[in-house]
Amino acid sequence: MPEEPGASSRLIMKRLQAENDFVVKFANVNGSGSASANELFAKSILRMGVPVSPRNIFPSNIQGLPTWYEVRVSGAGHLGRRGGVDLMVAMNPQTWDKDVAEIEPGGYLFYDSSKPLPPSRFRDDIHVIGVPLTELTNARYDDARERQLLKNIVYLGALAAMMSIETTVVETLLAEQYSRKPQLLAANREAFHLGHGYARTHWADALGLKVRRADAIGERIFVDGNAAAALGCVYGGASVCAWYPITPSSSLAEAFQKYCAELRVDPASGAHRFAIVQAEDELASIGIVIGAGWNGARAFTATSGPGVSLMTEFIGLAYFAEIPATIINVQRGGPSTGMPTRTQQSDILACAYASHGDTKHPLLWPEDPHECFEFAAAALDLADRLQTPVFVMTDLDIGMNQRLTKPFHWDDARRYDRGKVMTTAMLESGRVFGRYLDVDGDGIPYRTYPGTHPTQGAFFTRGTSRNPYAVYSEAGPDYLYNMERLLRKFDTAKTLVPAPVMLDAAGGTRFGAIFFGSTSPAMREAVELLADDRCRLDTLRLRAFPFPDAVLEFIDAHEVVFVVEQNRDAQMRTLLINELGIDPGKLMSVLHYDGTPITARFIHREIGQKMRVLGMEPLYDRVVNDRRGA
Amino acid sequence: MTYLAKPLMHHPSLPRNSLGYTRRDYEGKISTLCAGCGHDSISAAIIQACWELAIEPHRVAKLSGIGCSSKTPDYLLGNSHGFNSVHGRMPSVATGANLANRDLIYLGISGDGDSASIGFGQFSHLMRRGVNMTYVVENNGVYGLTKGQFSATADSGSKSKYGGVNRDAPIDLASIAFQLGATYIARGFSGDKEQLVPLIMGALTHPGAALLDVVSPCVAFNNHLGSTKSYDYVREHNEALNRLDFITGRAPIEARYAPGETHEVDLHDGSRLRLVKLDAAYDPTDRVAAQRHLLARQRSGEVVTGLLFLDPEPEDLHRHLNTVATPLFALGEDELCPGAEALARINARLR
Repeated sequence: MPEEPGASSRLIMKRLQAENDFVVKFANVNGSGSASANELFAKSILRMGVPVSPRNIFPSNIQGLPTWYEVRVSGAGHLGRRGGVDLMVAMNPQTWDKDVAEIEPGGYLFYDSSKPLPPSRFRDDIHVIGVPLTELTNARYDDARERQLLKNIVYLGALAAMMSIETTVVETLLAEQYSRKPQLLAANREAFHLGHGYARTHWADALGLKVRRADAIGERIFVDGNAAAALGCVYGGASVCAWYPITPSSSLAEAFQKYCAELRVDPASGAHRFAIVQAEDELASIGIVIGAGWNGARAFTATSGPGVSLMTEFIGLAYFAEIPATIINVQRGGPSTGMPTRTQQSDILACAYASHGDTKHPLLWPEDPHECFEFAAAALDLADRLQTPVFVMTDLDIGMNQRLTKPFHWDDARRYDRGKVMTTAMLESGRVFGRYLDVDGDGIPYRTYPGTHPTQGAFFTRGTSRNPYAVYSEAGPDYLYNMERLLRKFDTAKTLVPAPVMLDAAGGTRFGAIFFGSTSPAMREAVELLADDRCRLDTLRLRAFPFPDAVLEFIDAHEVVFVVEQNRDAQMRTLLINELGIDPGKLMSVLHYDGTPITARFIHREIGQKMRVLGMEPLYDRVVNDRRGA
Repeated sequence: MTYLAKPLMHHPSLPRNSLGYTRRDYEGKISTLCAGCGHDSISAAIIQACWELAIEPHRVAKLSGIGCSSKTPDYLLGNSHGFNSVHGRMPSVATGANLANRDLIYLGISGDGDSASIGFGQFSHLMRRGVNMTYVVENNGVYGLTKGQFSATADSGSKSKYGGVNRDAPIDLASIAFQLGATYIARGFSGDKEQLVPLIMGALTHPGAALLDVVSPCVAFNNHLGSTKSYDYVREHNEALNRLDFITGRAPIEARYAPGETHEVDLHDGSRLRLVKLDAAYDPTDRVAAQRHLLARQRSGEVVTGLLFLDPEPEDLHRHLNTVATPLFALGEDELCPGAEALARINARLR
């Protein structure tokens, strides 16, 4: 039996003990086949009815560089990152020191003990569990690739044994995964039991982190945001998709292709009720989307920050010429190539005001895959209704990680909102058609689809200034009429976009917090942690720009509002100040932008400290607490 | 150039096509280009071609980028929708428009700056995708709207109005289109309407990517001695490979030419292209031989015009994507939305 390094200090060492509430991090080398074993680990726990939220932390590389997979296990249902690591599965020598340093005191290090390591490579305040993975695997398998791949399954087996993950659950998952490859199934099962058996014999009670069957999943589904948004585009009626590969959005277009192949093929002819073009670049992607939108089809593109930069000229055209377009921006770390495989919310201003001249665009911020589905479909409606580009602002954290989320919902009675389109009948009834004429006072003009009528309703679409009847004009009053109408239209958009979600702290408070997008699960947990500290916080989750009136009312109703975001420059705070005329002193930033998803502990610490340092604990609470103390 | 509005009165004896339209019904706003601009002659030829083909004007979608040439869609087919998009990006807009509604006729009008410089990439990708459209390049070798800078199609050694000499190699869009798989390639000259109109008719009826490179002198900035895109130079060096007759299905076929002199191609819509061979060695349906021949003659300084290439069995993007016959924009919830039941099945798979 291998001896545990640092064993001498074990007697006085803290030992983390938890059931259904811990964080496991796998440190791997990319391209080594670890992803599938790690996903099996997360899914096994999920199948035992315990909520998990796994996150891939990966490099922009195909083989050989460090990659991590962090699994939050939370019986209470917290799906954000907690912060800290209770068990590190350290499979990558390149990152060993950093990985070991990350473990919570009293936590666990699991490693491949085939080769001895000097005691200096360990810590004396953590528990070390060595399993000779390479030795076990090499003794059983001859093929080099097989050895590499199955070593991952061996550690899965060992972890399952130590954590009390049910063997039958893992076996069922393996059977599902390899239903068409019986040899692989047999090999994987064998490898699983190899690890399982070893750990049972040698490390039976070594790990204080246990999984216990629960019933906390309900009807929720487990899916990534990119697949969800793609499905939302299918349901929302997108028939044209143009895209250019870019991490982290590529899997969105690929999922759209996959879902269309399944759901959008004419059964009689086998012909496609969709068109997908992998364009030569993002300029062409958005051009194709705008061309299709001009011609009445619902079209979208999926991209990330650098792609949006390339698209901005066209976005300005679509804004000014008033053409529907849906752009799904799966944000990543910027600027420039930045951190292409890390997450951020740093394209807020670039998208809100994309393009030269005076422009503003509606933005939607989904919090999870469920809302990715909802908002993708909603964006297609909004784009048609508002005749303008609409952004769905997701990010790598939501887009590329599988997340436990409410099931998708669709009401079959729902009709697509195609917006104000003048038909042949309407034209022939004698209605006046002015392409840029505000007939209803909401700033939204009527349009005609090309080819509608032999003699009426044709107009010339252009990015140059024109009068309300689409005739070229650089006359000041014509230009002003148009620009003012576009502002009016943006005001109308306020009433159409998803409303913010507000949650008031019990008992009332002078403090509010605004957050949005993928920050959501960590924020919810942080609010609970703050409440435990008697720090009360009302929260507002932004779901769209332009900001509905409720946002200003929320800010007005609080003395200080924390704005939690995942970028350096507090872009949402800037947007709030700029658009709502807020006193900047009232909005305090909480910023997390190192490329990893924000954690509950980070928010808890930042807001907690700010409230304490600035003496912001509500007076009422202080008095009550003093009395209690007395 | 004129500031006068076009009179609405029509001459009563103007001839009408089979739809009952006169040529005036295919006109647009009055041109704001310079008097004598080659582009206006091309607009007139497009109007003539559409009238002769009896195309319903509103079934044409006109698309362009930015530049003098890109302004011209406003000066023709006034009952058609037009889209003056972004510089060099007409091809992507046309691709998207075509995907959304396969039933319209797509007419893109671009220039040499718009297609050979800023839009070279988009031009190329449209051709290789086989978007079913007529792509007209009004090619004058200069940037007119910004006053006389060389474009990428300017011949090496040609002089600018202000005395500068272009040393960069020219881009020949027709030669590029050969390589990229365009299925109809022609070159015309704005000063030869008789040759140009049938070439446009052939392009408009061609069910694939059709490139029409039209040399169109810029009277303001590139019509001087030393330019290879001037009226005089092109007239002197114009070598037509063939003359094209476009015969609509309804017109009787006349035997005006001796056997062996002509090459006839039946089109799917019942009409027919008849090529009168002026260069006996040239076979416009042989992609490889035609390219070689073209290259050799251009090297010797000729401006080779006529139908350069025709694939009588072209494929287009819709065929490659296997899209339904109904235009995508016309599909409704029933065709596009898989419904709640299918969604419940997907939910079940994700547990």
